[in-house]
Amino acid sequence: MYRIGVDVGGTNTDAVVMRERSVLAAVKVPTTAEVTTGLMEALQAVLAQAAIAPAQVGLVVIGTTHFTNAVIERRHLAPTAAVRLCLPAAQCLHPMVDWPADLRAAIGEHIFLADGGVEFDGSPISGFDAARITRIGQEIRARGITSIAVCGVFAPINDRYEQQAARLLAEACPDAAITRSAAIGQVGLLERESAAILNSALLPLARRTVAALREGLARCGLACPFFLSQNDGTLMAAAHAERFPVLTFASGPTNSMRGAAFLSGHKDALVLDIGGTTTDVGLLQHGFPRQAGTTVDIGGVRTNFRMPDVFSIGLGGGSRVHGGDAGAEVGPQSVGYAITRDALAFGGAVLTATDVAVAAGRARVGEPARLDGLDAALVAGALARIDRMLEQAVDRCRISAEPLPVIGVGGGSILMPERLGGVAVTRPEHYAVANAIGAAIAQTSGEVDRICMLEGSSREAALAAAEREARDKAVAAGAVATTLVVVEREDVPLAYLKGNATRVRVKVVGDMRI
Amino acid sequence: MRYLTESDIEALAVGAAILGTGGGGNPYIGKLHCLQELRRGARVPLIGVDELADDAVVVSVGGIGAPAVSVEKLEEGHEGMRAVRALEEFCGRNATALVAAEIGGGNSMAPIITAAQLGIGVVDADGMGRAFPEMQMTSFSIYGHRSTPAALADERGNVVLFREVQTEQWFERLARASVVAMGGTAVGAEAPMSGAYVKRAGVPGTVSQAIALGNIVLDANRKHADPVARICAHEGGVHLMDAKIVDLRRHLEGGFSVGSMQLEGIGRHAGTAADIAFQNEFLMFRRGTVVEVCVPDLVILLDADNGHAITTDVLRYGQRVAIIALPCHALLRTPEALAVVGPAAFGLADVAYRPLAQR
Repeated sequence: MYRIGVDVGGTNTDAVVMRERSVLAAVKVPTTAEVTTGLMEALQAVLAQAAIAPAQVGLVVIGTTHFTNAVIERRHLAPTAAVRLCLPAAQCLHPMVDWPADLRAAIGEHIFLADGGVEFDGSPISGFDAARITRIGQEIRARGITSIAVCGVFAPINDRYEQQAARLLAEACPDAAITRSAAIGQVGLLERESAAILNSALLPLARRTVAALREGLARCGLACPFFLSQNDGTLMAAAHAERFPVLTFASGPTNSMRGAAFLSGHKDALVLDIGGTTTDVGLLQHGFPRQAGTTVDIGGVRTNFRMPDVFSIGLGGGSRVHGGDAGAEVGPQSVGYAITRDALAFGGAVLTATDVAVAAGRARVGEPARLDGLDAALVAGALARIDRMLEQAVDRCRISAEPLPVIGVGGGSILMPERLGGVAVTRPEHYAVANAIGAAIAQTSGEVDRICMLEGSSREAALAAAEREARDKAVAAGAVATTLVVVEREDVPLAYLKGNATRVRVKVVGDMRI
Repeated sequence: MRYLTESDIEALAVGAAILGTGGGGNPYIGKLHCLQELRRGARVPLIGVDELADDAVVVSVGGIGAPAVSVEKLEEGHEGMRAVRALEEFCGRNATALVAAEIGGGNSMAPIITAAQLGIGVVDADGMGRAFPEMQMTSFSIYGHRSTPAALADERGNVVLFREVQTEQWFERLARASVVAMGGTAVGAEAPMSGAYVKRAGVPGTVSQAIALGNIVLDANRKHADPVARICAHEGGVHLMDAKIVDLRRHLEGGFSVGSMQLEGIGRHAGTAADIAFQNEFLMFRRGTVVEVCVPDLVILLDADNGHAITTDVLRYGQRVAIIALPCHALLRTPEALAVVGPAAFGLADVAYRPLAQR
């Protein structure tokens, strides 16, 4: 069977057809406002290029930045009620207290506090008040709100009250879509609650978008299961993505890094994803992007998602080049997607990083003859500047003196020199569609992340129990058990708690059954 | 005397995290709470030590417990006020000002929140000039003040009064046990001190110092300038090393996060190796085999790019850090202080303390 990977980006929609480990076809078309048309165009083109029938495709995986962009642009967000189970604790700061005012206004300030939180050991703070939750549900319904987020204090430790509250709210508001915080986040009340609220606010858009994608696939004759790729580079069923759109927030950089790993064959490497305006640099460990350790800001909101630790610099194929007193300057301004119109090599009037690479013989695009009159010193200076920027970015992401290979992907990777920091740079075949390839090869995962009391037991026993549970989850999500490998396994002790409280995290990934 | 502003609070959060020397908890939640009190119209005077009346009644206030709990089970909001009220009732006199026991980290905010609610001021001083892991490690305790009577309040309305304890260590032990029973966090208020005593035994000017530090970093961020050099120049500190964390070991010991990290120099420090030991806070910086800085002087890790503090709970392999050292206040360098907060008190028995200020 064949598999299709699609990346629906802000500018382009890329699609690839793969069988086993080979890429049979790859296309790039402009993204359309209503998703479906651009997706169909890409799918039809890639099926034609691979010369296969839709019925031969066993799996489609789509990566999209649609939901991230909706938050950043404050568009398509539904008014959402925030129900926090906490009393009498956590009254001092209300939900969304640290959000930008425009985003808070877009969601509306529908805030309800109730009993139902638990302590770090799972015991109740104050019990659970079912009647109060039902009254809150009735009030939410009376306000005409159909998106609800429920967040209980320490729900990641024990979510029984969160579940009860969600059931009561669903009874009181039969039309509402509800997100429970424990289903998407970890300890850190404000961050997890914010993620749950954003998720609920995105639910109507998620339903429409997934429906549009489903329709696009159906109209192309693709009847196979389809998945969306999530933050960590693994996939989730479309029906799951409809309920948890926030889990796609970082799928863009993740997919390009996973694609780079696949295309180059390296599991531990530094990846440079060079686009038109920016370069993202990240570290691959065991074939997956290294995760950021702290909170991640999305559209001005602190969240505690596990996101790839990606460092961005303002250098891309379209970066403008200026001569200056201190030598050549490159970026951060860029002609972006207009590069094939504005750059000198394409007959435009702007000197860009791509022109410099072409003039120096590093890249072969456009018409090199148009660059004949360029000042050789400026070209050499700009080239040296580009190399220095890339070298510094790569060096930042290194975590040891070990000379890890460097992989370049993305359309702008033609700027790269042959060596960076003494290490040879590879630009694999199909580098420009690494994103879509990352989607196509997505595996499935199972994860356990919880706080354990280690008193009377051992770290190893807790980790082993978590690993068994993570494996079961992965198999339930469609993984082939024999392909599962552990990609993350850590325990972090928490200070000042009795019982040796330790956060235990295990994640396993494996191939999807097709 | 001046009133604290919202921009003071923003800067204080950044500066207090730096003085936290890796511990003290994150000031983020406390900062949001403080800002909310100010936005509701509270005015909190910051009282210089030299402006403090000798007969002022000064109560130290701070959160006690696990940082991991305080980011999840947020406060009800008036815990500090209930603790101070209980103490006032027991002592038969009212607090005229509050002071931080610990300026480093989240506890920089606790007295300001409570002062805003009580309508009194905060003294520009604290009992550490940094963060330390235990409650008896304050200059107030070291120079003879007994913490009891003291009160602890939780979010439910429980208030525990410690009327009499035999030693400061007993207070630490009993208070910790109460905090665990309360679910991992509480706010405490300790026996009133006279203004005269705070002048003698408090580390002066530390609220202003933290605000100034924060402003240096925030200003450098706006101008894309290097905050590290400016912090050192302003504070008489030493820029020890720019480095990358190449190994990290930590475990729990008696409720504390204990460990060490190996560092490899970068930039102009390339080729040198060093290590840092920590117990919630950074304890000791050693280059090769030579201990260059240790407690009670401040070993501080800053993000090499933006100058913001890095705390022990977010340390990771590969992180790029600037390590600086700031001298502690002279009050922490006396023999009686070193017995409580010197290297031996943290199990570094064979490390001799060489004061940074005298080099």
